[in-house]
Amino acid sequence: MKARRVKAIAKKELIQVWRDPRSLMIALLMPLMQMTLLGYGVSLDIKHIPVCAFDREASERSESLLKRFQASIYFRVVESSRSYGALTDALDYGRCKMGVVIPPDFSERLANLGTAPVQVVLDATDDNTANIGLGYAQEVVDGFSSDVQVVAAQRQGAVAQNEPVSLQSRVWFNEDLNSRNFVIPGVVAMVLALVGAQLTSLTISREWERGTMEVLISTPVTRFELMVGKILPYFAIGMLDAALCLTLAVFWFEVPFRGALATLFFTTSLFLVVVLSVGYFISVAIRSQIGASQIALLVTMMPTVLLSGFTFPIDQMPWPIQAVTYLVHSRYYVTILKAIFLKGAGLIELGMPILLLALYAMAVAFLAARAFRKTLD
Amino acid sequence: MSPEAANGELRIVTDRLVKRFGAFTAVDDVSFSVRRGEIMGFLGPNGAGKSTLIRMLCGLLRPTAGRAEVAGVDVARNPATVRANIGYMSQKFSLYSDLSVVENLRFFGGIYGVKGQRLTQRVEFAIEMAGLAGRADALVANLSGGWKQRLALGCAVLHQPPILFLDEPTTGVDPTSRRRFWDLIYSLAEEGVTILVTTHYMDEAEYCNRIALINQGRLVAMGSPSELKGGAIQGRLLLVECDDAGPLLEALETAPGVRDAAPFGSSLHLLVDDPAADVPRIEQFLAARGLAWRRVEPIKPTLEDVFVQLVGARRPGEATP
Repeated sequence: MKARRVKAIAKKELIQVWRDPRSLMIALLMPLMQMTLLGYGVSLDIKHIPVCAFDREASERSESLLKRFQASIYFRVVESSRSYGALTDALDYGRCKMGVVIPPDFSERLANLGTAPVQVVLDATDDNTANIGLGYAQEVVDGFSSDVQVVAAQRQGAVAQNEPVSLQSRVWFNEDLNSRNFVIPGVVAMVLALVGAQLTSLTISREWERGTMEVLISTPVTRFELMVGKILPYFAIGMLDAALCLTLAVFWFEVPFRGALATLFFTTSLFLVVVLSVGYFISVAIRSQIGASQIALLVTMMPTVLLSGFTFPIDQMPWPIQAVTYLVHSRYYVTILKAIFLKGAGLIELGMPILLLALYAMAVAFLAARAFRKTLD
Repeated sequence: MSPEAANGELRIVTDRLVKRFGAFTAVDDVSFSVRRGEIMGFLGPNGAGKSTLIRMLCGLLRPTAGRAEVAGVDVARNPATVRANIGYMSQKFSLYSDLSVVENLRFFGGIYGVKGQRLTQRVEFAIEMAGLAGRADALVANLSGGWKQRLALGCAVLHQPPILFLDEPTTGVDPTSRRRFWDLIYSLAEEGVTILVTTHYMDEAEYCNRIALINQGRLVAMGSPSELKGGAIQGRLLLVECDDAGPLLEALETAPGVRDAAPFGSSLHLLVDDPAADVPRIEQFLAARGLAWRRVEPIKPTLEDVFVQLVGARRPGEATP
């Protein structure tokens, strides 16, 4: 491999990117836009679930229960209905996700029997929200019940009993249980995967389309020189993008950063080599710019969103799907980024994913270089 | 191996070269050789296989059968060595339009390993040669056809290759620019550069030391322009000057003694065996049919006559019927 030839290609490529507004947009504006859109758009937190209350008793007791729902950050009582029909409507039309029905003999039953049912109706089209809503509703009702017990016990002159077992929880790594801290590193991985593959997906197909490839392959340049020369300038641009995204993550979205910059730099470089090689590979295989760019979008976007652990935890997937995730390059980087950001993990803790990512990088780069043939056949 | 090949005088040698694309045979059993400093022209209609042949010699296409040697090296076996010794101008314009003149030149300099002082000199030389002095920083996209072609030649010879392949280098270039382009080719050949050039312009073919006529992938004739004009046609040519060639052409195709008739500008060229006897016979034939002509006389064949006779095409730019 001759450095001079690599340099000539890299320099030419850089000039071309600089003079092509479309490439510049992809290179610098796209990551910014995606970071902001996805950073705000993708939130797994469920707060302020809109609730419709159907209070059939309308007593002091029943209202105090509803006030507890209102006071919780997880619920917002937005409607009160006077009939089951109105409650059904609120759910049907999507104005509310949950309905709370308090029976007409609520206070009476509490006083006489010591127990009273409260009905909760949930819109489970989004099962995740429904599940979480149910959990929070249980919490609100439990809180209310234990207060009722305490008051009842005091009335009878007894000392309130402690609960036999009490849970003392401490949440590690993401203390505020803020899903943004979990999501943003994934967004960074996704943006880099997308932009990286887009950048290099055009580089070979452009030469075919413009007719410059024929003379280029008649020169002594080797396919490895061509690949390295083509990828180098995009590596520099990719690092710039990475710096941009990570800065946004830390200073704008305020994701705690607990790891070492060197670890971040090293793993990000490795990931960039993978995504740029994937784009290059696609560019070699598909000789039209539009086609290559579409395929690059398809093969990076879908697997990264669904199978990288960015939105859905991998260990909850059935095993055949889990097996497939090992083929998704962003899976390794998402794991690494989350660990560096939230756990402050270093190279040793991340040994396995780094090793796998390095193997991945070598395999893709090797295949990409080999896929290019210096012939017109 | 001939003595010429042994001392490296033969720079391009092909031996029964064949290229098939599926059922279509683009190059069919072509053997020829080109000496050092020679300008070899390949003349033929579009689709005759000229570009396919050049691409095989540059190592861009693999021959289906046969062998090709360039600069003494087997192209199929060692394309890398061949590539370092050749310059190639493809039929389609292939420089980077979004780069400036000097950026293109420096790029090819870098690719071919031309560096330092020599690179500066060669870039200056190429700019001078292409007539682009003062436009070194202009984007290639903004240059006109003739300039682009001369710059492409400049890029192809930047590393001073001993062998040059030019695939229809002057297509779409005005006559003055074409003339200038050929002056450059001559000066390169004088320095000992071996040049293989394809064209479908007759006048350009005349500039070559040797011409190979190629049609439907086959080598039809080969020789210097004067050899071809003198010996390739069996028979003699008559010129028929007239005002309206159409009816005359139709009539003369069946006239006695006329082996072939072809339009040539506003007049006709006839192929006959014995001009002395045939001229009066043809004049009688025309008079009997009431057709008007100005003059019938024997002429020396041009390259176009040779082409028409051997290839059967009306004009090399058109496909054979």
